[in-house]
Amino acid sequence: MDDLLWIFISTLLVNNFVLAYFLGLCPFLGVSGQLETSFRLGLATTFVLVITALCAWVLNTYVLIYAPYLRLISFIVVIASTVQFIEMSIKKLSPSLFKSLGIFLPLITTNCAILGLAIFATNRGYGLVEGLTFALGAGAGFTLAMVLMAGIREETEINDVPALIRGTAFNLIIAGILSMAFMGFAGLFSST
Amino acid sequence: MATDITAYEEMIKGLWRDNPVFVQVLGMCPMLAVTNSAINAVVMGLATFFVLVGSSFLVSSFKQWIPKQVRISLYIIIIATFVTVVDYSLLAMLPAIHKELGAFIPLIVANCMILGRQEAFASKHNVKYAVMDAVGMSGGFMIALFALGSVREILGVGAFFGVDLFGANFEPWVIMILPPGGFLTLGLLLLFFNWFTERRRQFLDKVAEAERVAVAGVDKNG
Amino acid sequence: MTNTNENSKTHSARSQEPGSSRLIFSMAIAGFISGIIIISIYILTFDTIKENKARELREAVFKVLPNVSTMQKLHFSEDDSGADNKKLMVVKADGMDDEMMFAGYDQQGKFIGYAIQGKGPGFQDTIHVLFGYLSSRKNITGMEILDSRETPGLGDKIFKDMDFVGEFINLPMVKNIKAVKKGKKSKDNEIDAITGATISSKAVVRIINKAFNKWSPRLPQQGNEPVLAKTVVTKESGER
Repeated sequence: MDDLLWIFISTLLVNNFVLAYFLGLCPFLGVSGQLETSFRLGLATTFVLVITALCAWVLNTYVLIYAPYLRLISFIVVIASTVQFIEMSIKKLSPSLFKSLGIFLPLITTNCAILGLAIFATNRGYGLVEGLTFALGAGAGFTLAMVLMAGIREETEINDVPALIRGTAFNLIIAGILSMAFMGFAGLFSST
Repeated sequence: MATDITAYEEMIKGLWRDNPVFVQVLGMCPMLAVTNSAINAVVMGLATFFVLVGSSFLVSSFKQWIPKQVRISLYIIIIATFVTVVDYSLLAMLPAIHKELGAFIPLIVANCMILGRQEAFASKHNVKYAVMDAVGMSGGFMIALFALGSVREILGVGAFFGVDLFGANFEPWVIMILPPGGFLTLGLLLLFFNWFTERRRQFLDKVAEAERVAVAGVDKNG
Repeated sequence: MTNTNENSKTHSARSQEPGSSRLIFSMAIAGFISGIIIISIYILTFDTIKENKARELREAVFKVLPNVSTMQKLHFSEDDSGADNKKLMVVKADGMDDEMMFAGYDQQGKFIGYAIQGKGPGFQDTIHVLFGYLSSRKNITGMEILDSRETPGLGDKIFKDMDFVGEFINLPMVKNIKAVKKGKKSKDNEIDAITGATISSKAVVRIINKAFNKWSPRLPQQGNEPVLAKTVVTKESGER
């Protein structure tokens, strides 16, 4: 139990996927303009992350022990087709959910956080429960980073920022400061 | 369109004018994650170079046989194959560096720059242009990686390619090799790039203006 | 999304679409070729990669256990007699899991000591530690960090600061060791923590304690140590 809590908190705060591992930067820099959208994208990504962790575990346990060299290619193919499948089923089952999440799903396929999760979970030898916890922590961390970033960006929208800085450079510097703040969480579990 | 641009220009544009990192802001995750030292940046750049040039070559050679409906999946299979080859070769030849780059080698697959070049360029041009474009783009990517890696290593460790630069009295800015340093350095580099481009544009505008005035003056006199 | 669906519909209406058999065929060809390439690079690099990994581990074991010239892997698992009878077994398998440890022997094949591994949370991420243990003298003979992601320049002193690493040489391990502030060391079982990396130092100490408490009841009685099997890894073969 302790270990699961450590995995969750560590991926949420200390080793935040976006701010410490630089995974999922494309949506982080690209789509974080509005708070509402960012939150929804975060939720959709968390959902896909959990599904991916499940798929990765199934692949690792039943297929890849016989053929470790197919790891990368099978992960990417499975992730791409799972996202497609989820998109289609959400569209069929719950049009209202599709309306709020659906447009983000294709975007998520190209999010390196998804592939990163599968690879990290395999490298660390996580089992099913650990992998799912890891995915939840990563998703929550991604959502947290997105929401914080969007909040700051909405706030600075009306501020007087020089035109030259506006855009990616500005966002990266905000991200740097956020990342520095998150470093304060390091050692959370060791100080006791 | 490709007929009036020489292959050489296709290559040069990726290095500066359309630099994948500074201008198109693509491929950010490997960009920031592995650039805490110059040598890591170079190895990552070479790996990306190999994958991009190889995939562009294959995609443009076989473009007639790739059906439109499944093209993205085929590109991904081709890219993933090259990445696996790089992954295993590095693991065999440079285990120490592979350990540091770790999970970020497989993540080359998710580098949007590579898939983007297949879709936007290699699938529409002949082999020669596609390869030149890939060389230029990955060259530009490598330049950006190298710039970031060097700045971070020099300031964060006080060394360059592992060679000590400032002696024992230098207190390294540890933050530079930590994640925040990556964000901040890239932000500042982008800022510098924007500033430089803006200055250049203003300068060119001024030159054009001066020429126009000069021409107008000549007209008046004549 | 709906847009592309409509597009494909209009396309198929014009019947310019290649048949699905052609799509499947081209995917299969691509998959087949990429499979061949991947398998050949795997086979080509397999031996080198295996050797690299094994060498790294061997070097770590020989470093934490001085005067050792051969080693073998021990796995804590059931023997052939059945379940509920877990004990240390000599294994030759590649790779490493949490239930594995190593025994070191001198040139005559006489047992010297164990190399025990442990994992636990550090300042940033999991730290993986290997330490040598002499059961006859109840001494820790050395410590090596196999894997860590501690802060460069601060936390990574747990393996870069030779004073700290040196404290684990000939460290009595009768009761749990303890990390204290630098210079405050007063008892045998205390370790001077690194200035500026107290948390990482404490983490290393805690991981060693935890691993020791897990493994020490599993170690056989003195004199009953596992005998050296015929085929083993020697220091010489390791440095090939």
